[in-house]
Amino acid sequence: MLAKKNFMIIALAGALASSSLAAEQGGPEIADFTLGNGLELVVIPDRRAPVVTHMIWYRVGAADETPGKSGLAHFLEHLMFKGTAKNPAGKFSQVVARIGGQENAFTAQDYTGYYQRVPSEQLKTVMEFEADRMTGLQLTDDVVLPERNVILEEQNQRIGNNPRARLGEQVDAALYLNHPYGKPVIGWRHEMEELSRDDAIGFYRRFYAPNNAVVVIAGDVDPAQARALAEETYGKVPRHGAMAPRIRAKEPPPVAVRSLTLADPRVEMPALQREYLVPSFATGKRGESEALEVLAHILGNGSNSRLYRSLAVDKQVAVVAAAWYESSALDMSKFGIQGSPRPGVTLPQLESEIDAVIAQLIDKGVTEEELERAKTRLIADAVYAQDNQASMARWYGAALTTGGSVNDVRRWPDRIRAVTADQVRDAARQWLEKRRSVTGYLIKDVSPQVEKRS
Amino acid sequence: MIRLIASILCGLVALICGGGAVSAMTIEKIVSPSGIEAWLVREKAIPLVTLNYAFHGGATQDEADKSGTANLAADMLDEGAGDLDSKTFHERMENHAIELGFQVGRDYFHGSLRALSEHRDEAFDLLRLALLNPRFDADALERVRGQELATLQRDTTNPNDLSSRRWWRTAFPDHPYGRETKGTLETVPRITADDLRNYVRRVFARNELKISIVGDIDAKTASVLIDRAFGGLPAKNDLKPVANASPSGLGRRIVINVDVPQAVVTFGGQGIARNDPDFMAAYIVNHILGGGSFSSRLYREVREKRGLAYGVSDSLVWFRSAAVVLGGTATRADRTADALAVIEQEIKRMAAEGPTADELAAAKSFLKGSYALTLDTSGKIAVQLNQIQIDNLGIDYIQRRNTLIDAVTIEDARRVARRLYGGGMLVTVAGRPKGLTSSETTE
Repeated sequence: MLAKKNFMIIALAGALASSSLAAEQGGPEIADFTLGNGLELVVIPDRRAPVVTHMIWYRVGAADETPGKSGLAHFLEHLMFKGTAKNPAGKFSQVVARIGGQENAFTAQDYTGYYQRVPSEQLKTVMEFEADRMTGLQLTDDVVLPERNVILEEQNQRIGNNPRARLGEQVDAALYLNHPYGKPVIGWRHEMEELSRDDAIGFYRRFYAPNNAVVVIAGDVDPAQARALAEETYGKVPRHGAMAPRIRAKEPPPVAVRSLTLADPRVEMPALQREYLVPSFATGKRGESEALEVLAHILGNGSNSRLYRSLAVDKQVAVVAAAWYESSALDMSKFGIQGSPRPGVTLPQLESEIDAVIAQLIDKGVTEEELERAKTRLIADAVYAQDNQASMARWYGAALTTGGSVNDVRRWPDRIRAVTADQVRDAARQWLEKRRSVTGYLIKDVSPQVEKRS
Repeated sequence: MIRLIASILCGLVALICGGGAVSAMTIEKIVSPSGIEAWLVREKAIPLVTLNYAFHGGATQDEADKSGTANLAADMLDEGAGDLDSKTFHERMENHAIELGFQVGRDYFHGSLRALSEHRDEAFDLLRLALLNPRFDADALERVRGQELATLQRDTTNPNDLSSRRWWRTAFPDHPYGRETKGTLETVPRITADDLRNYVRRVFARNELKISIVGDIDAKTASVLIDRAFGGLPAKNDLKPVANASPSGLGRRIVINVDVPQAVVTFGGQGIARNDPDFMAAYIVNHILGGGSFSSRLYREVREKRGLAYGVSDSLVWFRSAAVVLGGTATRADRTADALAVIEQEIKRMAAEGPTADELAAAKSFLKGSYALTLDTSGKIAVQLNQIQIDNLGIDYIQRRNTLIDAVTIEDARRVARRLYGGGMLVTVAGRPKGLTSSETTE
């Protein structure tokens, strides 16, 4: 019901992690090239409908913010709609609307993206506008200050009004001891309230440039034509002279089992959320991320997953139980488990049952049948993905801004196919170790013995 | 023996125009050997098949003291069928990456299927089992019921649910549309396996069945598979009639107290039936006031100029027996009254003056151009076709749509704006809005 402008991708679990394209399964030929000013372009042809999805992904996100300025990457994303010298506020959106297009933007820890979905003959129009606001943004306080109220309302809507989202923020903050992934993408409220026009412009000038972005175009377009249009539009934007490498503070080795409890008067359904610090595709050794992907599927995706089967069906201690893994991250990523107990079951009871499921998997490994089922599903996702040009564009964009390449994405089905049962068990043994984790409880009232846990 | 199949009654090429670009998509009407009609779009580029179907008879068929019955039945369809228990049924789906979806709306039961081409026979076999022989085993039923109840319990403090539920209950008292599709904490425990069987028996039938298929499949194969999944269903459904209704409580404002930092506002009034000659004019006018785009009046006034909310919008909602216009926003407690005042003022202004000629032209241009974006994946096409079937708009609707939009004049738009927004709104607010109280009269 509510408008979704400037939605954020806070977690890139599940589907996005399963990003892929199977060239050998009849997928399209994908073009990948770089302009003279350093802008990378990826073109994914899909000629079924006369529409095109045009996205620009900047290699900057919340994790690149200066300490004390949390929420700035996302705030700037909102402010990017406030106009340039050439195109005053609202003009870009009006033109997109008039040609029947859709547009939006999103911010995550590692990237910030803007997109338009338009009739294919309008591709150049949106490229011109997007190239213009790459360096031409103009901001004054009369647009910046109301927009700051908008992001504060967005924080209320996403987090403040939602106890589970509040728990997720706390678990993330406790998981990352040193790395900026511990800060919420939307920001901490007290810092959001102080963000200024100068903060936004400073961030913009530092990070928005052709040599810090990748344009992904999916749909009814020919790669050669896309390249020509890109040269005419983005090609004119000068390269940024001093683009620093993306090096963030590293996590120390995790040594303590961490637990926390969030009590919120609105909680009617208690919940448990655990996260482990694990490798992403970018930081993992060969095959490690793929094994974690398969592990998450077997452990916690669907009615026959280990967690659901054991906790919801056999032992009947949980209402829901699931696991997920986020492979797209520039730095160390997360493996998550969540569940809600049935009435009469406590969170510590649920937690020990979860631990038992994990212990058994580490001890006995997974069956060949489970392995095959998980792979079938994950590889099928690559075919299903080809049906949706916007999904394809998102998957490539996310991979290319988190240390992956076009080839990595293309070979994804092969990489999944190669995962062995031993690798899955080894991944569980190595990474699902409690010292690497934070377990969060969401409860209605603070009971003294639970509170001591934190 | 394979009989001669698929009498293709009509093949129709729908032109989807996005500005100057035009592409062709052929919608075939096919009829299976047992006489079931379906619309087919053949798309060979990707080796998959997508099916959407709908049975008339959704949550309106629930007994008042057992609301949530249809919804629970839908939840249970993949929890075991025929000889297969829940675990085996899910394994069969997962082994071949088959997706079956079941969803209940107020008037319709909606189903979907997605499978890789190589597994489509297995997919349609599983669908047949789910529709014809669902087991409703006691252990699975209690597990799924427990999940529904946990969600309902959780929603008792969720401001979005509180506001929306109160709106519907107040607008449609003593009518199935006022009841919650998912039921309540009181009604869901009462539902028995026999209630679920009864729902399935009365609703899953071949008459009033709407089917759309998109994918790498020919008419002949599609006809065989349709019969395999649906051919064994009873010829006729057995539905309770639903009385026509109009939303009541217009002009009222109801505040529901709940401790949240942000108040959630729902507002709405009398809408317009899908088959009303003024529907397209209303659709355009609503788009201008509060439709999805970033240039709607509500978006500009509430968010862009004043920063009062992250989102604000309204839309037309139509059923078989009622229609409403329904909107919402969420805003901080100390500015809720301001946001509501701005929204009410914009609604009044739209009712009094209608849109400008420029706004009308821009909206028409958007609605024509953006249609192609709703038809760019197999899944979206199947959903769109199924809705066109449900709304009884005709197989040539995609072709006619631009003409319908172009035919709306500024006079139509002004007249319909008055009709749509002149009747007052029922407003519900969940939160602690400062200075706002429940009232019986409009401001």
